Amino acid sequence: MSKITFSIGGIHPHDSKLAREARIEVLPLPPKVYVSMFQHLGAQAKPIVAVGDKVKAGQIIAEPGGFISAYVHSPVSGTVKAIAPRKDLAGFNVMHIEIDVEGDEWAEGIDLSPELVTAIPEDRDFILDRVKMNGVVGLGGATFPTHVKLNPPPGKTAECLILNGTECEPYLTSDFRILLERTDEIVVGAAIMQKVLGGCKCVIGIEENKPEAIAAARESIKRLGYPNISVAVLKKRYPQGGEKQLIDAVMRRQVKSGGLPIDVGAVVQNVGTSLAVYEAVQKNKPLVTNVMTFTGSTVPAERQHNYLFRIGMPLSFIAEQAGGIPEGTVKLVSGGPMMGKAIANLDAATVKGTSCILCLGEETRRHKETPCISCGRCADACPMGLEPFLLKKLYAVGDTDALEQNAVQDCIECGCCLYSCPAYVPLLDTIRMAKAQVMGIIRARNAKK
Amino acid sequence: MTETIIWTVSVLTALGLLLSLVLFWVARKFRVEEDPRIDEIEKTLPGANCGGCGFAGCRAFADAAVKAGNLDANFCPVGGSEVMKKVAVILGCEVKEAAPRVAVVRCNGSCANRPLVNTYEGTQSCKVKAALYGGDTGCLFGCLGCGDCVAACQFGALSMDPATGLPVVDETKCTACGACVKACPKRIIELRPKGPRGMREFVSCANKDKGPVAKKACANACIGCGICAKTCTHEAITVEANLAWIDPDKCKLCRECEAVCPTGAIHGVNFPKPLDKEAVKQRIAERKKKEAENV
Repeated sequence: MSKITFSIGGIHPHDSKLAREARIEVLPLPPKVYVSMFQHLGAQAKPIVAVGDKVKAGQIIAEPGGFISAYVHSPVSGTVKAIAPRKDLAGFNVMHIEIDVEGDEWAEGIDLSPELVTAIPEDRDFILDRVKMNGVVGLGGATFPTHVKLNPPPGKTAECLILNGTECEPYLTSDFRILLERTDEIVVGAAIMQKVLGGCKCVIGIEENKPEAIAAARESIKRLGYPNISVAVLKKRYPQGGEKQLIDAVMRRQVKSGGLPIDVGAVVQNVGTSLAVYEAVQKNKPLVTNVMTFTGSTVPAERQHNYLFRIGMPLSFIAEQAGGIPEGTVKLVSGGPMMGKAIANLDAATVKGTSCILCLGEETRRHKETPCISCGRCADACPMGLEPFLLKKLYAVGDTDALEQNAVQDCIECGCCLYSCPAYVPLLDTIRMAKAQVMGIIRARNAKK
Repeated sequence: MTETIIWTVSVLTALGLLLSLVLFWVARKFRVEEDPRIDEIEKTLPGANCGGCGFAGCRAFADAAVKAGNLDANFCPVGGSEVMKKVAVILGCEVKEAAPRVAVVRCNGSCANRPLVNTYEGTQSCKVKAALYGGDTGCLFGCLGCGDCVAACQFGALSMDPATGLPVVDETKCTACGACVKACPKRIIELRPKGPRGMREFVSCANKDKGPVAKKACANACIGCGICAKTCTHEAITVEANLAWIDPDKCKLCRECEAVCPTGAIHGVNFPKPLDKEAVKQRIAERKKKEAENV
């Protein structure tokens, strides 16, 4: 078994996959759901329902607000109670549609049966339309609208579709569970995307710490008979799930600064996205459910869960279903411990991209910052080949030209620099600010051209 | 031996004379005409190079003033009217009288008024904190308390009050250069006229949320009820986006708004006597009664 990985930087945190044995459970419906209008990258969606309207699960309730945007569907059946700003998990005001749940009636034309449909539609535009109309977005973290990604600009062709099943973040197990429990659907989803991209090959990248998933995927591909899909076993290393890192690991190609994966002939999709594409195309089921993990260092073994949730469920409701936030928890994170966002507001609603509620204990508190000793560990750890200590200094003096020359805009915000720093210097905090500033300058310059 | 010395001295003298002639000619030929008033104005200015006037420094200010020939676009907030009068004498033009201003912190969300809903452990910088999330209290608009404004102030006029967690402006040191206004990511600091004998009324809140939300987040929040605007007889108060604002040019310092504000969001400072709320309220009630009778 040959093991491959990306070429520069990276770290080896303990994988702590505590919830790996927990089967996916379906959560009951809460009395109310709050559907955010901002659950994808790009423009905010525009509500098309009014207060008092009756909606069914799977019905479109908001349409895209721009080219890079997505449809939003009602996750439940019930009555629209309000369309108003509400605090998201970071505490910012975002437009939400509040729906009172009444029963569980789905809109017409949605196939809810569990049978596997392997016959893939012939028409490429039909597939893309289904993906778009069902509001599918990338579930690897960035929530980029999938129909845009599956439609490369003219003149560029995809040579390889990479399915990201690495799940390199510690603690998260939702991708692992769907790879085990819904393998066939994921593989058919991959075949659909292959077809849309013009019959390129497909590689499912899975890290070595998930041997069951590797075996399941291989067996499924063999059984369903897709010769053009293979499984690549990757060495355990963070941030392997980063788009550019995964392309490097699987294809041995590097995406240049400011470039897109399609420039080197790659399209990367998460396994969760593949499942969503399968459901959207074969079952006409919109993206209103996703799988998330309830885990953490303070959560007892019997309370580790993987849940199938509907979007719009309040995080506090899910935490309640899991038996509440365990004692000793000092930090709540939505997503993984490396790139996840701290939950400032537990009443916030889940969105399409929610992957985890992570409860962390006292040991994860920030340490006191001490002076930088210029050891260079951050530069060794950076998977993008940047020099974090230098970027921090350049930001302090406000030298934006030098920041741009040192490619601060390439930072993927993986947090390896912060993780590796023996002086506990909050490198990422400042680099993120510097990146935002430089990106703003680059955008303004491009707009002028 | 003597011959060598004589040769050396004479050659060097001749060379020196020749080069000085060249330098003299070059200096005459390529002379840059600079208005002497620029130097004069620069000397008059405080020389802090703070950029509060909008120019890169005092020299740039002087340059622009001389070029324009008037002071319509220039005002040194640090030097104030006194310095501007001197500059006007040098330029031989009129100067507009501008009221001295002072930085005002529009937030009263102290630890007691505004309970914490989470704890922040990241970098102690308001800018970083504001970019990450909505803040560690329920209020999205208030002070984040990391002191970016204190760091930005070149005059030592700002300090953090450890009891309230809010910045405090030292009026004697504040020059109204506006550096803190730019440094605050929440834009809660406002430059307001100092007022007669330092007396002024202002709304010490920047919360634009609806009343109940604002009230829940902070006991001292402006809830946008508009009672102040209805009470004010000088039409000095406007309520926009659930937030009241007092126009300092129209305010007559009657303190009625401060007395009627249900949350105590309106502050009056440097008044000789503390506000007797009941007396003011009675005065308003009597006036209203009279108005009703007249109608």
